[in-house]
Amino acid sequence: MKVHWLKDADAALAEAKTNKKSLLIDFSAAPG
Amino acid sequence: MPLEAHIKEHPAYFHRFDVVWTPTVVILDPNGKERHRIDGYLPVEEFRAQLELGLAKVAFMSKDFADAERRYAALVDHFPNTKTAAEALYWKGVSRYKLKNDHTVLSELPEMFRQKYPDSIWALKTAAWEH
Repeated sequence: MKVHWLKDADAALAEAKTNKKSLLIDFSAAPG
Repeated sequence: MPLEAHIKEHPAYFHRFDVVWTPTVVILDPNGKERHRIDGYLPVEEFRAQLELGLAKVAFMSKDFADAERRYAALVDHFPNTKTAAEALYWKGVSRYKLKNDHTVLSELPEMFRQKYPDSIWALKTAAWEH
């Protein structure tokens, strides 16, 4: 299953609130 | 919902969410309040259990104790051999107690921990509820 990763925190927080969903944030420093 | 925050692309997010080490995964409730944090690498099973723990905590902290109990129970069932399972078993009991307001639920936990997770810190926490 492909995960659609969001990139904008403010947009993600707003979407989570609207849809009453939890938000997972993956903080990484791994080379791309 | 998943949000990716790479240090090169969004360094400000690290400051905003008080992240000083990677990898770190933060789980927020729908109102943006942090409910769980996973620091560092974990084996896959433990990591999956931690993700489920985070979602169960979201339910618990929103006082949806029925959903919390269901999520903690599912975690214990699906990942019984993880370190996380002991914590989930503890909070499953607490969720049940909150739901039913029945003290006997708590008094059953010490024996349960003796059988399943006797060496966990969560076993020590249930000792106070011994008969």
